[in-house]
Amino acid sequence: MGLAWDYKHEFMSRDELHALQSERLVKLVDRVYRNVPYYRAKMQEKGLLPGDIKSIDDLDKLPFTTKQDLRETYPFGLFAVSMEDVVRTHASSGTTGKQTVVGYTYNDIQLWAELMARCLTMAGATKKSTIQVAYGYGLFTGGLGVHYGAERIGANTVPASSGNTLRQITMLKDFGATHLCCTPSYALYIAECLEEQGIDVKDLPLQAGIFGAEPWTEQMRKEIEARLDIKAYDIYGLSEIIGPGVAMECECQKGMHIMEDHFVPEIINPDTGEVLPGNTQGELVFTTLTKEAFPLIRYRTRDISVLHYEQCGCGRTSVRMEKPCGRSDDMLIIRGVNVFPSQIESVLLEMSNTAPHYLLVVDRINNLDTLEILVEMDEKMFSDEVKNVEKYGEMIRNRIESVLGLNAKITLVEPKTIQRSEGKAKRVIDKRKLS
Amino acid sequence: MLIKQISVFVENKYGKLVQITDILAQNNINILAISIADTTDFGILRLIVNDPQKAEKVLRDAQVTVKCTDVICISVPDVPGALHKALKVITEAGISIEYVYGFFGKAKKRDHIVLRVDQPDKAIAELKANDIEVLTCEDVYC
Repeated sequence: MGLAWDYKHEFMSRDELHALQSERLVKLVDRVYRNVPYYRAKMQEKGLLPGDIKSIDDLDKLPFTTKQDLRETYPFGLFAVSMEDVVRTHASSGTTGKQTVVGYTYNDIQLWAELMARCLTMAGATKKSTIQVAYGYGLFTGGLGVHYGAERIGANTVPASSGNTLRQITMLKDFGATHLCCTPSYALYIAECLEEQGIDVKDLPLQAGIFGAEPWTEQMRKEIEARLDIKAYDIYGLSEIIGPGVAMECECQKGMHIMEDHFVPEIINPDTGEVLPGNTQGELVFTTLTKEAFPLIRYRTRDISVLHYEQCGCGRTSVRMEKPCGRSDDMLIIRGVNVFPSQIESVLLEMSNTAPHYLLVVDRINNLDTLEILVEMDEKMFSDEVKNVEKYGEMIRNRIESVLGLNAKITLVEPKTIQRSEGKAKRVIDKRKLS
Repeated sequence: MLIKQISVFVENKYGKLVQITDILAQNNINILAISIADTTDFGILRLIVNDPQKAEKVLRDAQVTVKCTDVICISVPDVPGALHKALKVITEAGISIEYVYGFFGKAKKRDHIVLRVDQPDKAIAELKANDIEVLTCEDVYC
């Protein structure tokens, strides 16, 4: 058994956990029914009374909560406490439409710190560690969320925030961080800058990194580990649920342990809402059992993941989630294969090392789905010889085939011909829906 | 002994080629030779121009995918068998030809042949050894 922050809750038996979750769910439902008119109306619509929820096994009777519900109740309509008990408000950028606003009571902030303390301990941090927090501080939950957990374990916490990479490097060297927390792409950027500065990472005391807040691949993990000479841990969170600290990898690095005594996960079929068993891919749904200011019932995250209930080698009893492989709102089914634009993006990223511009065109010709991928020609890959340019297209085709098991037609197009948009890019044209 | 060729990525679509010639015309660049290798989806436009450096810059500034490549340019007389003689020399030396195209060189008032081969240094040596004139940049751009 490795180091843990909260042995009692992280290692409790599944039976004890079941009892604890049940007790907490009953209280939660009672509380939101009384305090949040929006939830009350949704339950009444389904003919549900708080007394109908007797244990965690009744969870699937409750209605889902979606991003749309958050928009309709903007900004504070889903808060379950009086505003005078709210001590903190965070908000997410909201690439489409309104921001998502979340609130915390004093107890919520304490809980968040406790959960982040568990996470940081899983990555080997102790009170002797120095933790450089290079997530953004501010409305975004990343910076402050990790910060309170780092202080909770008694580590020397360096609130570096994001940006100013040269100063980050000076701090890594002079303050001697043992742990770095930031987005994985920023970790790679820091590694590049260290190399440019001629600083040997072996001379730094850095041991581990806790990286999250954006999708990343196993290949990126290997690259970060090699270039920074550290162990790279994956962390999962979203501001709606609490921020960072919803789930975290232990030293086994076989999926992220969900803090199940506070957040109950489910995997559902995104089309039907049906709850799916463990080891099955689907949309991740969370219910927050203990949060006071902004509790969420069966919140659809839109993240596609898989839950594993088998006990982990570290001894923790909690369920583990796989790194999300995409989002249900942009999932495509092509010839029966689930395809996420993020998978195609990572193939292109691997091949050209630059942010790829691409467009997926899905069509149905003679009753067969077709996938065409328009990729902007990259000058580095361009050649005066046709066979070399064709080889580039062929390489992309082969990689896509091995990753997705799907034959795609690759069409190389001129730079800047794929439309750019502010915020979320338009990546898919599905012509099948038009007919 | 190599000259500069500008290669441009062009989608095989209505109106694409004229966009490239428009940029060159507006920047007062003279095209000496042109050749296109086309596939169903795209083509590679290959150009010999009077100012390859400027051409590369103005095309890149217009966000066109462009590449400058070294190619061999030879001068041959306008008689039957002249090209054949040159290609035979190259082939017999075991050198592969990727592509070839010709144009009339107004400075020399002779036919010019552009050659892209897999072993350019060896090709130049063989051509010279067989009294075939290999041109330099100065011979071509004017």
